[in-house]
Amino acid sequence: MHPGKMIAEVLRTIFKKPATNLYPYEKLEMPEKFRGELKFYPEKCIGCKLCMRDCPTNAIKINKLADGRFEAEIDLDKCIFCAQCVDSCPKGALESTRDVELAQLEHNKLKLIIHAEPQKKPEQ
Amino acid sequence: MISSLFYILIFPGFLFLSVFGLIAEYVDRKFYARLQNRVGPPWFQPLADFIKLVSKESIIPKDANPAMFQLAPLFALTAASVSILYIPLWGISSLSSFSGDLIVVLYLLTIPTLAFFIGGWYSSSLFARIGSVRAVTQLFSYEVPLFIGVLTAALLADTWSISGIAAYYTNHPWFWLFNLIGFGVSLTALLGKLEKGPFDIPEAETEIVAGSFVEYSGRFLAILRMAINTEMVVGASLLAAVFLPFGLMLNPVAGFILYILKVLFIVAVLSLSRTVVARLRIDQMIEFCWKYLVPLAVLQLLINFILKGVLG
Amino acid sequence: MAEEFRVPIGPQHPALKEPASFSIALKGEKIIGVDVRLGYNHRGIEKACEERTYIQDVYLVERICGICSHAHSTCFVQAVEEIAGIEVPKRALYIRSLIAELERIHSHLLWLGVAAHEIGFDTLLMFTWRDREIVMDVLAELTGNRVNYGINAIGGVRRDMGKDKIPEILKRINVLEERTKYYIEVATQETTVVNRLSGVGKVKKDDALKLGAVGPTARASGIARDVRKYDPYAAYNELSFDLITDDHNDVYGRTIVRVKELIESYKMIRQILKDMPDGPIAVKAPRKIPAGEAVSRYEAPRGELMHYVKANGTDKPERVKVRTPTLANIQAVKHMLREMYLADVPIVVAAIDPCFSCTDRLIELKDIDKKDSSVIDWQRLRQYSIEWYRDRGIDFKK
Repeated sequence: MHPGKMIAEVLRTIFKKPATNLYPYEKLEMPEKFRGELKFYPEKCIGCKLCMRDCPTNAIKINKLADGRFEAEIDLDKCIFCAQCVDSCPKGALESTRDVELAQLEHNKLKLIIHAEPQKKPEQ
Repeated sequence: MISSLFYILIFPGFLFLSVFGLIAEYVDRKFYARLQNRVGPPWFQPLADFIKLVSKESIIPKDANPAMFQLAPLFALTAASVSILYIPLWGISSLSSFSGDLIVVLYLLTIPTLAFFIGGWYSSSLFARIGSVRAVTQLFSYEVPLFIGVLTAALLADTWSISGIAAYYTNHPWFWLFNLIGFGVSLTALLGKLEKGPFDIPEAETEIVAGSFVEYSGRFLAILRMAINTEMVVGASLLAAVFLPFGLMLNPVAGFILYILKVLFIVAVLSLSRTVVARLRIDQMIEFCWKYLVPLAVLQLLINFILKGVLG
Repeated sequence: MAEEFRVPIGPQHPALKEPASFSIALKGEKIIGVDVRLGYNHRGIEKACEERTYIQDVYLVERICGICSHAHSTCFVQAVEEIAGIEVPKRALYIRSLIAELERIHSHLLWLGVAAHEIGFDTLLMFTWRDREIVMDVLAELTGNRVNYGINAIGGVRRDMGKDKIPEILKRINVLEERTKYYIEVATQETTVVNRLSGVGKVKKDDALKLGAVGPTARASGIARDVRKYDPYAAYNELSFDLITDDHNDVYGRTIVRVKELIESYKMIRQILKDMPDGPIAVKAPRKIPAGEAVSRYEAPRGELMHYVKANGTDKPERVKVRTPTLANIQAVKHMLREMYLADVPIVVAAIDPCFSCTDRLIELKDIDKKDSSVIDWQRLRQYSIEWYRDRGIDFKK
């Protein structure tokens, strides 16, 4: 029986650096495969809407703006960052980034609308 | 008259105790955090907590007895603060001393526990009642070893006055080393009085939320916490004066710094013990105190009797 | 002399991590009766599963619980694969077992910290949770997230593991093993910890069998049952490990079982990393699962987890039922608290490792006028709710 068994370890810990990550001043980097915020490549999208079908929370909506031009409306407050849409997309138009600092003070800022600019007609 | 007011209100009275209490709380929390590999609070955290508590709404429960509920923290604070007047901080005489002031100081230090009991009981909340009953049960276990432990040092010095103890040990250097067992026993019993360490049963957070303090909020809680800090400082000062009475003949500045270091050392030892043990159950605590602490205290008493006979 | 009164532990209480109500009748400090009420965390997951396709359900089922998320996800996916008759490739089974054992490590380290906090030993909490970060970092590198890993898909796993990660994982497992051995020493030799944990929450072997205890709670009473041994799933029939039992019958025994299971998990992870076969990580699964039903079992860190899935040929399941280990263990809590003190309630409840978010499935309706209560089954409840809304002008049939 040994009261105070941890005393040696605990006294040694005074000399170690604290295990705390001082968050806003020191930011940790997420590993490579981390599923953070989604990134949409509008030029690759073909409008098959497979991502919409497979999303567990209906967080992504694909709207047709014109022939061959699609825009994605992603609701960041509904997205659970499971990346099922990334796997379901046959053309690789969606990708997970490592960005995790997504908090906003206003609700409407949480809706991302991403589309490509219309291509300019070449000069005659 | 002016000088008495100065002594009572500023130094070493109320203001000094409050500031020193905040510093001692900071040392306790920072040391505790560093031992657990964390960062810990910044130096102004106890002061910030106090200001925040004072600025919040103070709620008195409907079924509580308003007079007792509000007076209990004040009793605790006053009793703990008054006892500093009898403890020599440096030099060999305290502000006012008379034969038997050791007993008076020990008695005054019991009052905060009774005040917590009264405050908890008259809160009329279930958790508060359980906590206050536990506080009084704990009182019956640690009082005896604490009293015997402190009195053994007085026995060797043949006087009941703390200033007299300081004078005796200054005249016979190195005699305080005989009292080390008593020091250990008193430190452990002091953990029970301050409700820290393995004996924080009356305010066990995971069992009865906050024990007797559960209904206190706002400025009453601020006064309660100040009372707890003052009790810690005064208890540590008492132990420092009785068991570590060396270096008392230095000039005032060095003596004062030595006193601060002694008290902070005792606070650090209390923090360390809080870190390395789990909380005991109330029946285990009673068993521990009566089975181990009291015999050790009596052993130290016997040693001091024999030494008294030998050394004259 | 000591009066009798009732103390409410819960629904909100610092001892409980999730809401549950234990109404304790006390005489002084001794417990004379306990009343358990659950259901505060009911979220209607089983019904929600029926309105989503199987692919969406994998993520929904994973979020039944944060700590044992892979357990729920794997159990569900195993049931669906059995109905559809899909043969999962070997490499996928090995990856599933790897993540399962890593999850077991993180769950047991979390439990150690929480149990230490309940007995007032915050230092052990800080230390074990600091070491748990090592496991979470490994999981984040392998799967992409620290909890709710999302690694399962019907037919295999979604992400592959490169060989270059293996040395790093092995190094971290070695660090963790050393630290775990230190925690075993602390838990068995520190006087105050042993005093708080011994003799508390005793359940004898026959009583444990009668009350239906599972997992480490049962194994600490000497019952040698582990789903990984008698009904192996994933890659467990090719791994060699010991079944840990203990005969202390109390909370101390449960601590010993969990800490020794950690050592077994480290052994298993080393075997998996050495023997992982190459090959594909998934087979293509049909979107519409043919009609059938299946029951699948899994050894979650808390005990035996069971999922029942009934398919009817469409791409949405007809019925999903989940029976979690905490529901089986909670019957034993009332028995354990018979002769204990109030101070033992938090540690006894924490010793079965309760996860009430997993557990709440049942609704009991108390009829205030008639003063009786009944348990309605799902069909009648659904009919009742449709009529209730129709009376208020909302028609779900439209």
